[in-house]
Amino acid sequence: MATKNIMIVGVGGQGSLLASKLLGRLLVDEGYDVKVSEVHGMSQRGGSVVTYVRFGEKVYSPIIDEGEADFIVSFEKIEAARYIKDLKKGGTVIVNTQQIDPMPVIIGNAVYPEKVLDEMKEKGVNVDAIDALSLASQAGSAKACNIVLMGRLAKYFDIPYDKWETAIAKIVKPAFIEINKKAFDLGYNN
Amino acid sequence: MKELLIGNAALARGLYEAGCSVISSYPGTPSTEITEEFAKFSDVYCEWAPNEKVAAETAFGASLRGKRAACCMKHVGLNVAADPLFTMSYTGVNAGLVICVADDPGMHSSQNEQDSRHYAVAAKVPMLEPADSQEALDFAKAAFEISEQFDTPVFIKMCTRVAHSQSIVEKGERVEAVKEYVKNPRKYIMAPANAIARHPFVEERTAKLTEYAETSPLNRVEDGNGSYDFGIITSSTSYQYVKEVFGDSVTVLKLGMVNPLPVKLIKDFAAKVGKVYVIEELDPVIENFCKTIGVDVIGKDRFSILGEFSQKTIAKAFGMDDKDNVTLDTEIPVRPPMMCAGCPHRGMYYVLAKNKITVLGDIGCYTLGSMPPLNALDMTLCMGASVSGSHGFNKAGGSETEGKTVCVIGDSTFRHSGVTGLINIAYNQSNSTVIILDNSITGMTGHQQNPTTGYNIKGDPAGKVDLEALCHSVGINSVRVVDPYDLEECEKVVKEELAKNEPSVIISRRPCVLLKYVKPKKPLHVNPDKCRGCKRCMKFGCPAISFRDGHAVIDNTLCIGCGVCAGLCPFDAFESEGE
Repeated sequence: MATKNIMIVGVGGQGSLLASKLLGRLLVDEGYDVKVSEVHGMSQRGGSVVTYVRFGEKVYSPIIDEGEADFIVSFEKIEAARYIKDLKKGGTVIVNTQQIDPMPVIIGNAVYPEKVLDEMKEKGVNVDAIDALSLASQAGSAKACNIVLMGRLAKYFDIPYDKWETAIAKIVKPAFIEINKKAFDLGYNN
Repeated sequence: MKELLIGNAALARGLYEAGCSVISSYPGTPSTEITEEFAKFSDVYCEWAPNEKVAAETAFGASLRGKRAACCMKHVGLNVAADPLFTMSYTGVNAGLVICVADDPGMHSSQNEQDSRHYAVAAKVPMLEPADSQEALDFAKAAFEISEQFDTPVFIKMCTRVAHSQSIVEKGERVEAVKEYVKNPRKYIMAPANAIARHPFVEERTAKLTEYAETSPLNRVEDGNGSYDFGIITSSTSYQYVKEVFGDSVTVLKLGMVNPLPVKLIKDFAAKVGKVYVIEELDPVIENFCKTIGVDVIGKDRFSILGEFSQKTIAKAFGMDDKDNVTLDTEIPVRPPMMCAGCPHRGMYYVLAKNKITVLGDIGCYTLGSMPPLNALDMTLCMGASVSGSHGFNKAGGSETEGKTVCVIGDSTFRHSGVTGLINIAYNQSNSTVIILDNSITGMTGHQQNPTTGYNIKGDPAGKVDLEALCHSVGINSVRVVDPYDLEECEKVVKEELAKNEPSVIISRRPCVLLKYVKPKKPLHVNPDKCRGCKRCMKFGCPAISFRDGHAVIDNTLCIGCGVCAGLCPFDAFESEGE
């Protein structure tokens, strides 16, 4: 099979690390060659962050470049738009509708582009918008946004539901397995 | 078992399996996790040292005593460790000694883009360069073998994409490797007579290592299924991009050892293919070597000296870029990194910015004080330069700058190399004011313990530097401690210390809010009836405060209830729970 490319984007501190860990664990268990790439350090301090997940028979490059992503999973509304150039034509954006103002907006030097998802749709991007924050709170923790979004992503794959659950159990602390399974279910079924 | 590991974790595993028993390092992105991962093994010794020079010398001492040892640092850390490095090349080693250095092309988290390979050439020390996690693990073992076989320290050079990308590795078992210590003054006392005798050894060693590089499996030719119109010489992550674009349809010389470089192997490769391209990030190290040995190659004319590469870089250069994508007309506001909500540094910066004080800064999270709306910094150079720089600034500026200039430096950076600058201030008496931003952790690199925290790398109680006593003992009479959440007190103390006609230190002390033991309080909220929309609070630059529909609002997922904003509001609009 051709290599599949998933980008996870968001704001530093939103928990993209756990999402990529889940995907990595799952895809290795499924027998794929996998590469996951992220940048640590300064960008994590509330800045825009991006993680690349690539899998297939043989994966060389650890990064995803312009026009290559099959999916962009965005933890925040406008972050998907920031990386849209990396989406393949006909690709899918799964986006949490949560709005986090970047500093230029906070201090009044820029306006938050509220309608950016509409422009994406007009340009032919498959936009799957989801209020992951509310669903995560419903599952028992606002922090489970990441797993809600993974649940939504899972709908687009042929990998059986229980394999995702097994991978969740492997990567989260025992005390949080139930909350995360619920969050995954809410993302998958809403 | 197959496991997905970042390059740094795989390298730590490789060092462990190779019998490495001692690691001493100073944290620095993108190298930090090598040491953090090694510290998780129970039967080895691992520590954070105050700086890279100390770390390298500690590792050298361990090697001398007969235990395989390593030290890890980022590229700019190698500048600090350069002094022992150049002479360790002369002494050689007893047990194997490996120096792991991580470059940061693209400067994701660094102040420059220097290429560490120059150090390998200059110090005449071999350097291995893995291209993925499995190679990081395997090369660690090879590095120790080379170190002991050729009597030399060995570099393992990482870069951000290899260090922080996860790929699949197969783990092995640890093998113990111990040497006896035998006193050997001619080899280990580098006084001129002995050093003169050792220099020829270094030159002979390089010749032998070049021979080794000709046939070592670290360097390999991958035949491109009969495609010889052109060939590519590459290494590290650039190799992955080449393979991503060409697959197996190009003939490649993949170099795992980038110093010394193999002469015959390169010449034979060039003879077999038409044109030769050298694809390497940053400086033309391999390219220039090829040209020196008379091999005509295309390198930096086609592939930039700046920043990181990607598969697109390669595809574009060969006219193969055919990816279709979508672009938007909407402008997306930038989202730069910033100090966290509740960050203790923000209070001190607010006071400095408000009073229009010149601020010479340093390396750490607090470099983010340079961002709007605080715009509080005038300079950031390297670790410790704020302190020595402000001494020079004030010696040059005299009374014109002394009462209006401070330097700011974090607790970890201060011990790394700020303290020597402070000694100079005290010794040569400049009227400088040094502010130590003591958040009781090494913050930017992800919370490493340090000598001021009182805990070691494993989190166990350890020796603790008393900052006040240290400053007093080097000759600073005026040492004050303030809480940066108390803006009034901060402002008063800063003004008083600047007014004094002597050197002084202000310790701005409050732990990083991301530390587990710092319990967040309930978020504040804005009373819309009281808020008049004056936007004074917006000058504080807290990410939890934004402005909507004519008044300030607080994001309760970000606010940690520090309450500093409440003190800034002239209308008491910020209220805590229950008010």
